[in-house]
Amino acid sequence: MRQICAILALALFTAGAAQAAQKLRILTWADYVPADVIAAFEKETGITVEVTLSNNEEIISKLRATGGAGYDLAQPSQDRITGPQREFGIYKPIDLTQVNLQQFQPALLDIVKRNATLDGKLYALPYLWGTDGLVANVKRAKVADYGDLCRADLKGKTSIRLRRPTLMAFAFAAGKDPFSLYGDPKAYAALMEQVGATLSACKGNVKFFYDNKDQLLNGIRSGEIVAAMMWDTGGWSLNRENPDVQFIIPRSGALGWLDTFALPARGRNDAAAYAWINFTMRPAMAARITKSVGSFSAANGTWPLLDPRLKAQFTAAFPDSALKAIHWYPAIPPGLEEIEGRVLDRVKAAN
Amino acid sequence: MSTPDLVADAVVKRFGEHVAVDSLSFAVERGSFFSILGPSGCGKTTLLRMIAGFIAPDAGDIAIGGGSMRGVAPNRRPVNMVFQQLALFPMMSVGENVAFGLARRGIARAERRRRSEAMLERVGLGGAAHKRVDELSGGQRQRVAIARSLVLEPTLLLLDEPLGALDLKLREHMKIELKQLQAAFGTTFVYITHDQSEALVLSDHVGVMSHGRFEQLGTPQDLYYRPQTPFVAAFVGANNRVVGRATARDGASIEVTTADGWVIRAIHHAAGAIAVGDPVEAFVRPEVASLGRSEAQLPAGQPPHAGEVLSVLFDGANSAVLLQESRSRREFRIALPQTGQFSDLKPQERILFSFDPARAVCFPARAQAAGADA
Amino acid sequence: MPESAAPRWHARFMLGLLLAPALLWLGALIVAPHLDLAVLSLRERVGPRQYAASLAQYRTFFADPLYWHVFVRTAWMSVVATLLTLLLAFPIAWVIAKLARGRAGSLLFIVCLIPFWVSETVRTLGWMILLRESGVLPGLLVRLGITDMPVELLYHDATILVGLVYTSLLFMVVPLISSLESLDNSLIEAAYDLGAGGFTILRSIVIPHAAPGITAGCIVVFMLTLGNYLTPTLLGGKNSEWFTEQIYNQFIVRFNWEQGAAFGFLLLGLSTAMVMAGLRLTGQRFGDVMRRT
Repeated sequence: MRQICAILALALFTAGAAQAAQKLRILTWADYVPADVIAAFEKETGITVEVTLSNNEEIISKLRATGGAGYDLAQPSQDRITGPQREFGIYKPIDLTQVNLQQFQPALLDIVKRNATLDGKLYALPYLWGTDGLVANVKRAKVADYGDLCRADLKGKTSIRLRRPTLMAFAFAAGKDPFSLYGDPKAYAALMEQVGATLSACKGNVKFFYDNKDQLLNGIRSGEIVAAMMWDTGGWSLNRENPDVQFIIPRSGALGWLDTFALPARGRNDAAAYAWINFTMRPAMAARITKSVGSFSAANGTWPLLDPRLKAQFTAAFPDSALKAIHWYPAIPPGLEEIEGRVLDRVKAAN
Repeated sequence: MSTPDLVADAVVKRFGEHVAVDSLSFAVERGSFFSILGPSGCGKTTLLRMIAGFIAPDAGDIAIGGGSMRGVAPNRRPVNMVFQQLALFPMMSVGENVAFGLARRGIARAERRRRSEAMLERVGLGGAAHKRVDELSGGQRQRVAIARSLVLEPTLLLLDEPLGALDLKLREHMKIELKQLQAAFGTTFVYITHDQSEALVLSDHVGVMSHGRFEQLGTPQDLYYRPQTPFVAAFVGANNRVVGRATARDGASIEVTTADGWVIRAIHHAAGAIAVGDPVEAFVRPEVASLGRSEAQLPAGQPPHAGEVLSVLFDGANSAVLLQESRSRREFRIALPQTGQFSDLKPQERILFSFDPARAVCFPARAQAAGADA
Repeated sequence: MPESAAPRWHARFMLGLLLAPALLWLGALIVAPHLDLAVLSLRERVGPRQYAASLAQYRTFFADPLYWHVFVRTAWMSVVATLLTLLLAFPIAWVIAKLARGRAGSLLFIVCLIPFWVSETVRTLGWMILLRESGVLPGLLVRLGITDMPVELLYHDATILVGLVYTSLLFMVVPLISSLESLDNSLIEAAYDLGAGGFTILRSIVIPHAAPGITAGCIVVFMLTLGNYLTPTLLGGKNSEWFTEQIYNQFIVRFNWEQGAAFGFLLLGLSTAMVMAGLRLTGQRFGDVMRRT
């Protein structure tokens, strides 16, 4: 009996201690929160950080399931905020008085303000950005646009992801602008059907639809894949291992994605979340994050601190003209994802 | 005498170091009922399974119906077996069980049905063909198991202690039924059992088996009245065993004296010589001895012995009295006469008894004469 | 009367108390979510945060050949996987139950168990390492001169089947062993003695005896296979088209819980129907069969 009491007391004590210490629960992508940054943050603030790995869809699904509880900070893409917010109410507005806005690059902040504002309230702040384009082993495959992934001479050696960015990419590659049709579901559906038909026809050419980063990286490293639709820094990191593998901006333009900070509706520790935002946006921290993650931070003043090789790769890939031609995702109006889903299902089932 | 249906010629089977069947040879006449009698572990099941073909002999040969069975699989031998637990197929009806072997021979369905129903009729189960096996009584199942084999008209029917699982009353009944069935069908039966009463009642010939060999092979009467070895004398029927030394000899008649000085006489008619002074064992059947309250009541000319009643074992016609011989304090069992005389015996009562020495048998003592006290 | 009633009431109460954790578990974690899903599957989104009762989700399934194509394919592949598992498991179970003695039997059983010491994910990834174009097996085929170039062994229906059979084997072997162990060897010998050959013994003695075990194994394996997500998705790659993946997609990727719930119920209905059909076909009862597992 005494033993049981002791165990109970111990349990209560540890539970109490955990309650007392501040905790920040982040729902984010793999690699987005480097361990050394967490350590530095914990040392400075005494707040423990708990990271759960996820992706855009799962972030939304998880928060939807709990009504926005369970996490204090989430990192969805900027185009996936107002839609789910309108539908499920899973975020709370950002209190701009708590944030040091000077630390953000104004251009990226503007994109987020444009896309993540609902009923006059801002729901997100920019964190990391990058582009999707093509990565190819230039010795074995010459590709200039997404459509080339479906060329017969690359049969069984290419890969794409069966998700919405691929639909957008192939729409642009076909000379259409899907974003301009966001307001016209009928025309948008017709365009998606057309892209779906292209992808269905291309399916035989594709070795696999990649589901995660490592699957694609390993495919290219092993030489099983010679060309793929891929994010820029993935291409650049492969390039450091094998100079033949290069990131290529498609003729129809790269797709620009921007991941954000957003506060789950029933997060318990907003103060810690704001502290984290301000902390990670400091130029030194942001540079450290970029170095570790490989993607570019939305923070100001990181450029001089970046790895010269990454800077060289970036400037080589993105001359000013290309930078201007990046297609940034606008917020997705409700209903479109259902259209896209149907099309993607059909591609998956195509033979 | 016709050609034998089963001939075993120097058959040997070893399991590792253990010799289960030790160079055994015998023949079974056509149409006879042959039993192999022995305690468990004597090798009789191994022998039967070699005849059935489930195991192959290490040496020697088995011939059935005149043909060697070397390399012939069980399903190709003219032999069928009734298993100890009967092994009726629970997933089939009685009729399907009986017709199973016929179907394997490619006999047409209608003919199968006719023959299996006729066979069930012959074993007294007419109209039971549609029944499930578990709807039958123990005796009925027994008959189905036999019918299932006999419908194939085998040269040889092997029976592996088929009565072992039945209760006593049914066992007695089935004994008679088996004998009648065998007589009616005329099929050669090879029957193994550890129950000497079954072997004696049923068989034309019995092989008494011990340690992989036949101790004696003969008619039930031979075994009972003229046992050739102490093992047979002890194993077949009830017997009083008296161990001692030969103290005198008159032709075949031996005087046996126990360590404590009790003297009896018995006949030596088996193999092996007995000289005066040799250790011997003698056997006296309970029904051979007579009781008397005075010497006058004992049959004339039989040497009298004295004893004290230990208990009266009442068992109807098989009733007996258990005495303690006065001199040696040895237990001695004597059958009570059918007349009902002496049924009033009381424990501790002193009584006289005697037996005809010509009906008591004597053998040279076995190397290990200790164990088998009957 | 009150004297006898009190202990009986007491016994009932104790029984209830003993069953309470299991009932709570069942109620809270199985029944309640299913009821919730049932309600979910019967509504339709009409506007932001507005829903109306509707059969639209089920209509979508039947109207779009895409979904029932995947549905039928999943069912068919599961049946094939179950039969293959049975074919493979039967000899293994036979050896363990009837031939192997003592240690050899338990050793064989442990060999069947070993794959389950690692998680399904690791197991499946192991298969991927083995079968991918630059993997172990294609390399071996080239070295042995069987193929000129490394061939891609992943992303085929056959690969999915291999993975599913591997994952399911134990669940088939266990009920088979228990049903074969209870088969009296003398029945086999008797049939042999009566002139039957190996195939006839298998067909008329062994299989009828083991039928409840076979059915139990098939039911378990079929349900596991039908509901499997990881193996078909990873090994099937772009061609996996497993119905569970559809459900996952609806719930997680499309945020369409209504459609996902409807798909879930259709899958539940399918597995129930297939199990009932299997029992009817073999003339057995669910309770009897489940006692075997």
